Amino acid sequence: MERMIEVDGLNVHFGTFHAVKDVSFVVERGASFGLVGESGSGKSTVLRALAGLNAEWTGDVRIAGAAIAAKRSKEFYRNVQMVFQDPYGSLHPRQTIDRALSEPLVIHGIKDIDNRVARAMSEVALPMSARYRFPHQLSGGQRQRVAIARALIAGPKVLLLDEPTSALDVSIQAEVLNLLGDLRVSLGLTYIMVGHNLAAVSHMCEQIAVMQNGEIVEALTAADLREGRITTAYTRRLRELSDDMEDPFAVSLQ
Amino acid sequence: MDTQLTLTKMHNWRSWALTDTPQSRRQATIGMVYRAWLQFRHNWLAMTGFLVLLVLFAFAIFAPLLATHDPNSQDLAQRLAAPSSAHWLGTDQLGRDLYSRVLYGARITLGMAALIVAIVAPVGLLVGSVAGYAGGWVDRVLMRIADVFLAFPRLVLALAFVSALRPGLTSVVLAIALTAWPPYARLARAETLIIRKADFVSAIRLTGASAPRIVLRHIMPLCISPVIVRVALDISGIVLTAAGLGFLGMGAQAPSPEWGAMIATTRGFILQQWWVPTIPGVAIFVASLAFNLLGDGLRDVFDPKSE
Amino acid sequence: MNIEVENLRVKFASPSGEVEAVKGVSFRLGQEKLGIVGESGSGKSLTARSILRLLPSQARLSSDRLLFDGIDIQSADEKTMRQIRGKRAGLIMQDPKYSLNPVINVGAQIAETWRTHRGGGRKEAYEATLELLEQVKIRDPRRVASSYPMELSGGMGQRVMIAMMLAPDPEMLVADEPTSALDVSVQAEILKLLEDLVAKRGMSLLLISHDLPLISRFCDRVLVMYAGRIVEELKASELSAARHPYTRGLLECLPSLTRPRTRLKTLERSAAWSA
Repeated sequence: MERMIEVDGLNVHFGTFHAVKDVSFVVERGASFGLVGESGSGKSTVLRALAGLNAEWTGDVRIAGAAIAAKRSKEFYRNVQMVFQDPYGSLHPRQTIDRALSEPLVIHGIKDIDNRVARAMSEVALPMSARYRFPHQLSGGQRQRVAIARALIAGPKVLLLDEPTSALDVSIQAEVLNLLGDLRVSLGLTYIMVGHNLAAVSHMCEQIAVMQNGEIVEALTAADLREGRITTAYTRRLRELSDDMEDPFAVSLQ
Repeated sequence: MDTQLTLTKMHNWRSWALTDTPQSRRQATIGMVYRAWLQFRHNWLAMTGFLVLLVLFAFAIFAPLLATHDPNSQDLAQRLAAPSSAHWLGTDQLGRDLYSRVLYGARITLGMAALIVAIVAPVGLLVGSVAGYAGGWVDRVLMRIADVFLAFPRLVLALAFVSALRPGLTSVVLAIALTAWPPYARLARAETLIIRKADFVSAIRLTGASAPRIVLRHIMPLCISPVIVRVALDISGIVLTAAGLGFLGMGAQAPSPEWGAMIATTRGFILQQWWVPTIPGVAIFVASLAFNLLGDGLRDVFDPKSE
Repeated sequence: MNIEVENLRVKFASPSGEVEAVKGVSFRLGQEKLGIVGESGSGKSLTARSILRLLPSQARLSSDRLLFDGIDIQSADEKTMRQIRGKRAGLIMQDPKYSLNPVINVGAQIAETWRTHRGGGRKEAYEATLELLEQVKIRDPRRVASSYPMELSGGMGQRVMIAMMLAPDPEMLVADEPTSALDVSVQAEILKLLEDLVAKRGMSLLLISHDLPLISRFCDRVLVMYAGRIVEELKASELSAARHPYTRGLLECLPSLTRPRTRLKTLERSAAWSA
């Protein structure tokens, strides 16, 4: 299997604060990799560093075999895209959905904009009536669909998902997670998903890394996590909390 | 019959503008502007200001058509006449019709205000957005330049220009414009600092967009609202400053009917022919107040709380 | 202490006519832990705030019965409401940073609340503050008392809020999404703390959340709200036997480690639920 994302010894500093300490992992093409942890664990920082949104990082990062430099190339921006957590903040408040979706195409110099925008909208099951609306006229779930459509419109290979459903209602979360799962298969995408909800992340990802205080404390498969083949006490505690607080079926077994 | 047709057309247009499902970007933008207008209309004070300004601008633009006399033609036999049917607002010390002079004076005052705003707002917006987005030494240098201009006392600067160039409107416009832009730069910079942390800016950075594109097409449009509000509120001050400079003889020179200069040259008559200096004063007051009311109304419309 | 709500309606004026956000909600609350669960727009927050009459100014409230321990909330005057709010019923909201005054240290704020409702001198209030902070399991009460709200972590801030709300020794606590912004481990601690305090003091708890597993874990009874109505009322222990399709839908669409699925079940909304 081709290695799509290779991260070796990633370190991120914010001034004197060492936010990410020596993080390494590999993601195969078409796979989905999860980073879980509590707030302050550094999981979102890893994602933002990979996306090129943080300036100060060191380490070796390769996407599809090509090494990534501090200044990203246009090629990188076509291959790697990100979906953010807050559906209210990820869309420009004064731009229509049509404009938000056209912008990446214009910047990359991709033609046939009208058709591509329509196609992107139907790919994420957004009604055409929403095309010229402004973000405040859409629901949270719809906005997240727009964010996903925008990320996919230039045809990336890798999608970085920063807690894409944490701010959504539970029923909408199910729809969006299903959509993301379907798109991964139909478009052959590779995902890295960051989240704090163990159940959601292990639903979406086969491989999971647990982060605490900027380090990966354990890497395991989703199956391992489900069946309790856990080696560290921290991960075990997270699993217990998840059963206790997040799992409706575990609760009813009490 | 005709009014019925017009009303139906208006109603249709209204539904078109306010529709939930716009069919084009133009329709969406028009809808957004129309909604803002409807909200603005609720504020009757602001509407009053707006209408008064419309009237003043109409006076200025159509002065030649509305004036009853040539503002510079003197009629010494009729000097210091009280308002009458021949001279609607009376005459000044040289027998010139005050009504016509006030109309033409509107051209000067409003024209100056418009010119100053046209220079100051874009410059301030651009400098502030660039400084806020770039950060680092660019930010520091631009803001220190802004500080330098902010420190200049307006009147003294005007005096300097007047002696360097010559008395006239150019000096006034230059003096005010050069000292008025820094607050807008500060405002734009403050807004930019907040906006640039938003996820949608990260998203646009992730498309590989160049920094100029991000600032000009994504960040600056969001800074425009607070700047517009501030401008509307400041214009009243600009009108007063211009009139003040005119009063001091640094602005338009005689026989130009600039409102401030009119007060200066006729203030000696305040006790007996009180209308002669008072009428231009009332004009300045009305213009200033109208801009203030408009600014207040605009602020209520653009206030993020209402969104 | 008993709360009786019958046919509660909350309406808002909007450009397209009147909108009813709460459409005839009825329930009772005794000395127990009652949870109201619903998604955004279900009206759960408005329902809880109606009991304390803390609605936005443009909201209009109507009901057949709205009684707080026999007092008619709908017709009570401000003076009576002030006796209830804070003193007999406390309200904890999602983000403590917005509920606390940022320029006064938290100890002073708790002490002020204590003195307002219980009277007494400064020294007494300070001692009471420290004791309250200990009750909410804060290990270094003196240090925390002299801190400012922004110096505290999310979990610590919520503990301070709880201490402040408990200062007047209320009979009831309304908690509106008190832990939504916190990490799971901190959520568990705060809710367990609330559980303990409510039991020890014999209080009633009204817990509002969008999180069904959480509500069922910490409450005795659960009300499920959808589009302004209560669609199901059940005991927390009987959640798995829920009958209304919306409740079942909410349960089944959650991802689960113990019952994994290849595709999450989605909610098919029926117009019948909002009829």
